[in-house]
Amino acid sequence: MIEVSHLRKTFRVARRDPGFKNAVKALFRREYEEIHALDGISFSIGEGEMVGYIGPNGAGKSSTIKVLSGVLTPDSGVCRVDGRVPWKERVKHVAQIGVVFGQRSQLWWDVPVIDSFELLKDIYKIPEAAYRKNVDELTQLLDLSQLLRTPTRQLSLGQRMRCEIAASLLHSPKILFLDEPTIGLDAVSKLAVRDFVKKINREQKTTVILTTHDMQDIEALASRVILIGKGRILLDGTLDDIRRGGEQIDETIAHLYKKYDI
Amino acid sequence: MKKYLSFFKLRFAMSLQYRVAALAGVVCQFFWGAMAILAFYAFYETDPASFPMDFQATATYIWLQQGLLAMLALYGGTDAKVFESIQNGNIVYELCRPVSIYSMWFANNLANRLARALLRLIPVVAVASLLPAPFGLMAPPDIATGLLFILSLMLALWVVAAFTLVVYNVTFFTISDRGVRLVSVSLSDFLMGAVVPLPFFPDGFRQFAELLPFSCMENVPLRVYSGDLAGPEMVRAILLQVFWAFALVLIGKLLERKALKRVVVQGG
Repeated sequence: MIEVSHLRKTFRVARRDPGFKNAVKALFRREYEEIHALDGISFSIGEGEMVGYIGPNGAGKSSTIKVLSGVLTPDSGVCRVDGRVPWKERVKHVAQIGVVFGQRSQLWWDVPVIDSFELLKDIYKIPEAAYRKNVDELTQLLDLSQLLRTPTRQLSLGQRMRCEIAASLLHSPKILFLDEPTIGLDAVSKLAVRDFVKKINREQKTTVILTTHDMQDIEALASRVILIGKGRILLDGTLDDIRRGGEQIDETIAHLYKKYDI
Repeated sequence: MKKYLSFFKLRFAMSLQYRVAALAGVVCQFFWGAMAILAFYAFYETDPASFPMDFQATATYIWLQQGLLAMLALYGGTDAKVFESIQNGNIVYELCRPVSIYSMWFANNLANRLARALLRLIPVVAVASLLPAPFGLMAPPDIATGLLFILSLMLALWVVAAFTLVVYNVTFFTISDRGVRLVSVSLSDFLMGAVVPLPFFPDGFRQFAELLPFSCMENVPLRVYSGDLAGPEMVRAILLQVFWAFALVLIGKLLERKALKRVVVQGG
């Protein structure tokens, strides 16, 4: 389903020391630093897998997601998702995927949520019957019935996130990328989202790739974990492989970060 | 195509809901129009012979300009949300959808301009056409001219939207939109004839300005309406509008293709 090998992406980042003097100096001579966001990443993921993609802040998780979803063009390397190179055939590729970026909003701010859903229906050319079925099911599972007629701007963060997740699934995508999907959710919503992701994975064989800092998400959802740090893949295995007896999942992960010095 | 029509419809509905903004706009535009006409009248009184346009045509030009401000002025239809989405990286969601970013923004821009102009045009026209001659808005000289005006107005809308898209796409490279907006708004305002109509420009410079895409925004339709621009000169002007309508779309799309290749999403 997803084949990635030797993917590289470098960003040039302007850096300067603090203070007015240095700000003026930077007007004339700017110092750049090369950040290797992805430094030769390789992995492959099969259909119907649920993979937790973890690593500390700035490790390259989101960059990977952006390459896989066709937004970012890497400097070098090979990547095929369902037979397509994402950034070369962006429009065809993204019709097959669903993406949730936990810190951003995809719903139109000033109109009721249902208007955004209707627009997405036209964008993805979802047949009327399938659309009805998906909306009904999502409304029930994510408890949206009270929210659909409210303008997005008046929803709380957690309410909005539930609508965001629903919006990403209206077109029954084959692959779902979740970039920190449980940010700001209360306990009930978190459990609802996790159950829901499990359900679509089980019933529709949706491939799920999940990045998160909430290790309970990983514990609940991912059978396989890929650890990335400083743009490199450090570990690829099951949760049981990395877990040592009797430990909390957070401790296990903290231990791993220390071990690899990331 | 249907998806872009849906963008158009949603945006049109959204822009129609800002009624108070439209009311404030109408009041402001009415006063502005009156002031401009009185200023032109003062010049006219001094020396009617050296006035390059018929006075009634000038007044009509100004009333239409005020009524159509939201449609034809560059800043009238730029969408702050687009600049924001480039700056803070929210554009990542648009890129994750099976749509052409260009066509989506273009449809949004047409809808926004049309909806906002619709709310403002009707009251301005209603009041201005009641004013006594030569200060009011006159009807076009004949039906054919009226139809040509509508054609030219639609072309002008297309040109100004295509130019807006060029401005949007330049922002991919500059990140901050302030400089691009400031330069493009002042340039376009002056060169489209929003400050003074193009016939008032000195010879030589006027001929140059008439070739630029800006002249195809306000200058052409507003002068076609009153019959100030007629005959072969008008045909040439409308053909130039068609040319710029295609050329600006091409430039915008090329810029976009270049921009999306090197896009980095801001803010993680």
